[in-house]
Amino acid sequence: MRTICLYFEIHQNVHLKRYRFFDIGTDHYYYDDYANETAITEITEHSYIPALNTLIEMVKNSDGAFKVALSISGVALEQLEIHAPAVIDLLRQLNDTGCCEFLAEPYSHGLSSLVNEQCFREEVMRQADKMKSIFGKTPKVFRNSSLIYSNEIGGIVASMGFKGMLTEGAKHILGWKSPHYLYHCIEAPKLKLLLRDFKLSDDISLRFSNSEWNEYPLFADKYISWIDEMPQEEQIINIFMELSSLGIAQPLSSNILEFVKALPNCAKEKGITFSTPTEIITKLNSISALDVNYPLSWVDEERDTSAWLGNSLQREAFKKLYSVAERVYLCQDRRIKQDWDYLQASNNFRFMTTKKTGLRLNRGIYDSSFDAFTNYMNILGDFIKRVDALYPVDVDNEELNSLLTTIKNQGEEIDELHKEIKKMYLTEKATLEKVESNRSIEILKKKMGNITENIKTKEPRGSNSNKVTKEGAKTKD
Amino acid sequence: MKVLMFGWEFPPHILGGLGTASYGMTKGLSKQADMEITFCLPRPLGDEDRSFVKIIGMNSTPVVWRDVNWDYVNSRVGSYMDPQLYYDLRDHIYADFSYMYTNDLGCIEFSGKYPENLYEEINNYSIAAGVIARQQDFDIIHSHDWLTYPAGIHAKQVSGKPLVIHVHATDFDRSRGHVNPTVYAIEKNGMDHADHIMCVSELTRQIVINKYFQDPRKVSTVHNAVSPLSKDIQDIVTKKIPNEKIITFLGRITMQKGPEYFVEAASMVLHRTQNVRFVMAGDGDMMNQMINLVANRGIADRFHFPGFMRGQQVYEVLKASEAYIMPSVSEPFGISPLEAMQCGVPTIISKQSGCAEILDKCFKIDYWDINAMADAIYAICAYPALHDFLMNEGKKEVDQITWEKVGYKIRRIYDEVINNSKKN
Repeated sequence: MRTICLYFEIHQNVHLKRYRFFDIGTDHYYYDDYANETAITEITEHSYIPALNTLIEMVKNSDGAFKVALSISGVALEQLEIHAPAVIDLLRQLNDTGCCEFLAEPYSHGLSSLVNEQCFREEVMRQADKMKSIFGKTPKVFRNSSLIYSNEIGGIVASMGFKGMLTEGAKHILGWKSPHYLYHCIEAPKLKLLLRDFKLSDDISLRFSNSEWNEYPLFADKYISWIDEMPQEEQIINIFMELSSLGIAQPLSSNILEFVKALPNCAKEKGITFSTPTEIITKLNSISALDVNYPLSWVDEERDTSAWLGNSLQREAFKKLYSVAERVYLCQDRRIKQDWDYLQASNNFRFMTTKKTGLRLNRGIYDSSFDAFTNYMNILGDFIKRVDALYPVDVDNEELNSLLTTIKNQGEEIDELHKEIKKMYLTEKATLEKVESNRSIEILKKKMGNITENIKTKEPRGSNSNKVTKEGAKTKD
Repeated sequence: MKVLMFGWEFPPHILGGLGTASYGMTKGLSKQADMEITFCLPRPLGDEDRSFVKIIGMNSTPVVWRDVNWDYVNSRVGSYMDPQLYYDLRDHIYADFSYMYTNDLGCIEFSGKYPENLYEEINNYSIAAGVIARQQDFDIIHSHDWLTYPAGIHAKQVSGKPLVIHVHATDFDRSRGHVNPTVYAIEKNGMDHADHIMCVSELTRQIVINKYFQDPRKVSTVHNAVSPLSKDIQDIVTKKIPNEKIITFLGRITMQKGPEYFVEAASMVLHRTQNVRFVMAGDGDMMNQMINLVANRGIADRFHFPGFMRGQQVYEVLKASEAYIMPSVSEPFGISPLEAMQCGVPTIISKQSGCAEILDKCFKIDYWDINAMADAIYAICAYPALHDFLMNEGKKEVDQITWEKVGYKIRRIYDEVINNSKKN
């Protein structure tokens, strides 16, 4: 049985503002609020909301036969929470239908998987927790920023407990092999790999509305018939793209949503189903291991990391950023942690590319790669200063870590001791009171004894007077 | 193909970018085997490079018939001209110019510079051009810059051969809008008579179309290039002062070049950082104003005015620099950033410069945006990765921009113009 796995990415980076070198040390706010708000509002209005509504409708109309997977970067989620909470409501609705799977990804949409394992693990787990808190399920399948994957990354991801991972069906890795099968990681055979069919994905996300394309106009029946005509053994068709493809890259006026809406019915006619990544990895077996020595991604013709780390500027900025990774990891400062997420986003490095791809790259406020580099480095300069100001620079990280642990342990110990003291104080108080009362009884007894003796000695004086004193003593008590 | 070129400057005696461009262009064109170029100059001195071009001096072209013998002519002009050419030219005197001041050979004297009586010199140049146009055999006429447009028109009318003019600058660039009507009239007249107009940048092309009302179909852009550095320039040892970074401005200190923006940006950088020095090399009518401005900003201890520089000196300064900056308000092309990049110096140029159209591996800023300028300067000094990237990639990029390629582009235009004129 042939099945389509449809997956959409939601990510919007936080736009940095124009930050001159003379702002270093004086201005610690790095973001262009206006640009962020306008960008996210535009994208939600023209893409996310109509697209999600369509997906919900498709699930309802198909009686649950249509299934879809989504992932949202933490950074994008934060922005949606602030500027477009309606999108989160729609995501919840989609989640409630039970036909949608949410995947895990790095919180920052950054490249930490390439450089810092500790940092990578931390942000993936943070993202997974956030997904659980919003949608009630812990993600079982992982997708890295821009589908970056290598054997090493696969190993780490498997060790975090994920059962599957999405990546690119890159030609230079697959060779004669087809992306329409399930593969597994060579380092961790338990980790299943779903490979994107870039041709079919790009037909929708890149070419759909291009009137110069020889397949234009593309209709759902034609699209599904391409899938139907594939060799019988090829079972899984992975179509991965950004959610903003529906509405932004391919404008709504191109009827992209009508096209998507028609897919389930056309597929049904040909006996093709829809599945979520988890369903696929539980039902099907891997056909072979995939050996990826150098990281691949879904970006550019090269399908590697050269869009972010291709030139020396990008590598320098990248190196500088992760030089403080451990310090940031150790610190507890919330603002620094937040800035760290936003600065890691891969888009910041993309702006610095000097590659000529033929496609126009929207550099935002930047004129050129050099402009993007300068602005980023200025901000990074300020950020690193702040991180360095947290703890003395001459203490190395290991020492700092042990010092911080000691401080933490001592703090806990002090707390323990405090508790103990309190407890002891209470028992002490209790015993003291007991002792006190015992003593007063003793004294009373003594007094009583004296009195009785007095009485005994003074008996000859007359029993009457004695009676009175006896009563007086009693009243005294 | 035989080309008759009219120019005003030619290395080694140059006053601005025009001479450099004329030299590079003719040399690039001469790489084509069938290309024969005759280059007319007001006053050649004999030390020009004649290996690829025939040079005729306007100051040794007779306009009045004088009876002089071979030996005398040879003793007067023999060092830079074949005496036979003198006699050939003398046979083509076309009118009676004896009312004019001429010397013992019947030639008009030229300064070859930009004197007070420039208009008169332009006129004389065109008189002598008439003689040359009658005597020489050529297929096309190519006039460089407005000074030689009248000569080009004259030659066209005499010979009936097509005229191509090369716009290296317009008066709109030189005057920031306060155009001199006489200059404008000469420029406009030249463009109206030309069969084709080549501009050094798209920026200039737009000015030619919009301000001189030319048909866009006959105006094309031919970007300049840069000649490879000679051996002795490459061998100049870089003298960098440790812990001191030098930022250089090189050029005439005039309104067109935007020197005040450089000073303002320098002052912003100097108020935040140490170990940076600024150099404004050159001469011009705004120099004193700039010295005052530097003093007012309180940065005179780190801002230097070494004056006009030539030849080797220029490259010595460039090679010692951390960055080169050209904040021109309006620059038709601007070859100097290309020269800086050849020396491996990161370059900052204004978006209002023609060379910005063909350069990618450099900072481009608006000339008025002193914040961006200061930021770029700071970045080049503070981030070695950026400096090295611009140094290496910039050099690679500029090495691809050669006069030879420009030569082929010009050749195509020549062919087209000649074909069209034959059809008519």
